[in-house]
Amino acid sequence: MITLQGVVKRFGSTTALDGIDLTVEAGEVHAFLGPNGAGKTTTLRILLGLLRADAGRASILGHDPWHDAVAIHRRLSYVPGDVSLWPGLSGGEVLELLGRLHGGVNPARRAELIELFDLDPRKRTRTYSKGNRQKVALVAALASDSDVYLLDEPTSGLDPIMEANFRACVHDLRAQGRTILLSSHILSEAEALCDRVSIIKDGRTVESGTLAELRHLTRTSVSARLHRVPAGLQEIPGVHDVTISDGEVQAQVENGAMPAFVSALAEAGVVELQSHPPTLEDLFLQHYART
Amino acid sequence: MSTTMTQAPTSRGAVGGNALTGTGDLLRFALRRDRVLLTVWVLGLAVMVASSVAATAGLYTSEAARIEASEAINSTAALVALYGKVYVPTSLGALSLIKLTAFGAAIVGIVFVFLIARHTRGEEESGRLELIAAGAVGRAAPLAAALLYASVGALTLGLLTTVGLLVTGLDAPGSVAFGLSWAVSALVFSAATAVAAQLTVSRRVTIGLGLVAVGVAYVLRAVGDLAEGDPGWLSWLSPIGWSQQIRPFAGDRWWVAAISLAAVVVLVPIAFTLRAHRDLGSGLLPDRPGPAVGRIHGITGLAWRLQRGPLIAWTAAVVVMGFVLGSIAQNVSGLLDTEEMREFITMLGGEQALVSAFIAAEVSIFGIMVAGYGISALFRLRQEESSGRLDLLLSTSTHRLRWAWAHAAIALLGVAMLLLLGGAAIALGHLMASGGEDPAVPELVGAAAAHLPAAWVMSGIVILLFGWLPRAMPAAWALFAAFIVLGEFGQLWQLPTWVLDISPCAHSPLLPGQEFTWGPMAALTTVAALLTILGMAGWRRRDVQS
Ligand SMILES: Nc1ncnc2c1ncn2[C@@H]1O[C@H](COP(=O)(O)OP(=O)(O)OP(=O)(O)O)[C@@H](O)[C@H]1O
Ligand SMILES: [Mg+2]
Repeated sequence: MITLQGVVKRFGSTTALDGIDLTVEAGEVHAFLGPNGAGKTTTLRILLGLLRADAGRASILGHDPWHDAVAIHRRLSYVPGDVSLWPGLSGGEVLELLGRLHGGVNPARRAELIELFDLDPRKRTRTYSKGNRQKVALVAALASDSDVYLLDEPTSGLDPIMEANFRACVHDLRAQGRTILLSSHILSEAEALCDRVSIIKDGRTVESGTLAELRHLTRTSVSARLHRVPAGLQEIPGVHDVTISDGEVQAQVENGAMPAFVSALAEAGVVELQSHPPTLEDLFLQHYART
Repeated sequence: MSTTMTQAPTSRGAVGGNALTGTGDLLRFALRRDRVLLTVWVLGLAVMVASSVAATAGLYTSEAARIEASEAINSTAALVALYGKVYVPTSLGALSLIKLTAFGAAIVGIVFVFLIARHTRGEEESGRLELIAAGAVGRAAPLAAALLYASVGALTLGLLTTVGLLVTGLDAPGSVAFGLSWAVSALVFSAATAVAAQLTVSRRVTIGLGLVAVGVAYVLRAVGDLAEGDPGWLSWLSPIGWSQQIRPFAGDRWWVAAISLAAVVVLVPIAFTLRAHRDLGSGLLPDRPGPAVGRIHGITGLAWRLQRGPLIAWTAAVVVMGFVLGSIAQNVSGLLDTEEMREFITMLGGEQALVSAFIAAEVSIFGIMVAGYGISALFRLRQEESSGRLDLLLSTSTHRLRWAWAHAAIALLGVAMLLLLGGAAIALGHLMASGGEDPAVPELVGAAAAHLPAAWVMSGIVILLFGWLPRAMPAAWALFAAFIVLGEFGQLWQLPTWVLDISPCAHSPLLPGQEFTWGPMAALTTVAALLTILGMAGWRRRDVQS
């Protein structure tokens, strides 16, 4: 549905994208994560044909986003990260306009969404709060019948109730087999909504896969109470940060090192054993931390 | 920095603190932000004054020559309406600065309208002010800082202009009086813009109101100055009239500056009172709710919705101004009361020729003004883009060229409509006031149309910049100003013809009066079309940049 191969984008002397790779399959909800300035928005704007890539190949719905922008956009909806609207127009006017420009929307669906997101369409957008401006863009996107949804931090201004409503909408879309690429900083959101995750940093893809696959790549934190303190735990390849005190052992263990580590513990006589699979947050921090 | 630091503890004690806390910091920040912009404008204007005087001084070395030139100006209604009178015909200063007294005060007014709108409503609209207001800054501080900024600018302008004139060798009292006349113009229009900024919710409308104020002031004094002898009462209603009536190098009537200062003293408290009665970001009037379901059906509909307000305002301004200027054209004959003058005029082609020349000058001013409308309308393209709203539009099935053409078409057709209406309004004003049917409406509409290609070239330049160098678009205004200056002063400065010919306006015939040929019209139109097409080609292939 969406593929990027080695896409490079430079702005003058800054390289925003430095050979990014990304694949989003049809019908999948894909989380797009990365620290500030990693290049998420830039990637989405390339996919929209707003920016032209300097190198690499981009394709969306089987088309080149730069050359076939209009054809693609008939089947695509976008929610910008920073929504700016026409100050003198009312929310209702903007929704109607965007709907028509998109090529028609279902008015009943739109009314439903306005209700769901508790939006006053009569207010001028000048008087909207940040969250309400974002809701206008969200309602416009969700009310359209698209195959692909590009959402740039769509919940950054929403309150928790609206965020829950948004999640419900994404679940519906996913049930209908729509494809969603969602950039986010909210890890619980990505964990709750997404099938697959790509993490980018400094304009490069550093990880991509299902959550299970990504977890596989990271360390599990293990803590155990033992009969006696075993020697040489640190020496097992793939075991890190071992601390031993009062017969309690804590360590970070790579998935590959797990059998060796567990058998070493077993030899020492296990009283109690706990292991925590890595959360997305661990994964995130591991990649975000500047090295 | 230090102001905030020392004042912060005290203002924390009193709830609400001092409304002016932080003014000093904001002023310094504004001056730092504009250090290049303000320097260029102030220096440019001062240099313009000095070089005009230097150029004129060489032309009129004898007193007799000066008297002759002054009387020729004073008896030509077109020149009196445009520039005012030379009140002391022997004065080299008054004669050589005739083009810069009223007209110059208007230019100064326009510059300060832009500067102050930028520092008041512009800051508020962009949301930057909110960031500042959240700091240790009093409620009235941003407005106070903007006005102080205007004062610093006005004072610097006055001083540099005075110095420029002294350098050319003119006498000190006159030089100071001239500097003062410009400084008070800057102050009055800054104060007026500060009031306008409180009434509206956008920088564009603030600028619009400010420019209307300058325009009205200019026309009032044009009509007032046409009275015989001393200026009529209308001139005394006009801030530009006040500046002019200081009469630098022709009596140096310092007391007149008090009128301008009194106006400032009245306007500034009004601005502060209005500011105190409204919330940050809002206008004075609360926003009325809009329709729940829109009626904007497409990209052209949106462009029209965004462009119609300014276009309607411009239409009203052009029609009213055209009508007023047209109706004073007949006063030309009123000024010709001496026998010699009558003979002189008859030699030049009779009164009718003078009326025609006067009307032709009015039409050419309209041509320049309307070109300015075209530029400002096309800036919408960039505003939509840099605000990020364009991202939202182009993520629908809207083609980027269609979007750009929608705005370009409104601007280009708007320019045409305004020019033709302006021509018709001048002709009608003339017809109603004089009963004379010459020049007739169709002839003047044609005369106005002759300025259309040059105005379109200006539009084309803006589109070209938008397509290839969007961040450099403000340069279009500088270029526009340069063309106007070339047209006004190029000959005086004895610049070579090819330099004068750079300005598209130099190729528009002054009708009625001059001979009309199709050649320059066709050439200008072709250039305009090429610039537009080239600009659109650039836009087609470039990134959307915020
Ligand atoms: N028009 C531009 N000109 C210059 N640099 C730009 C431009 N747009 C983006 N950049 C730079 O490209 C890099 C990537 O920016 P981008 O907006 O894509 O980041 P992001 O991942 O969306 O960040 P955030 O999480 O803060 O939204 C940044 O270093 C940014 O400064
Ligand atoms: Mg972003």
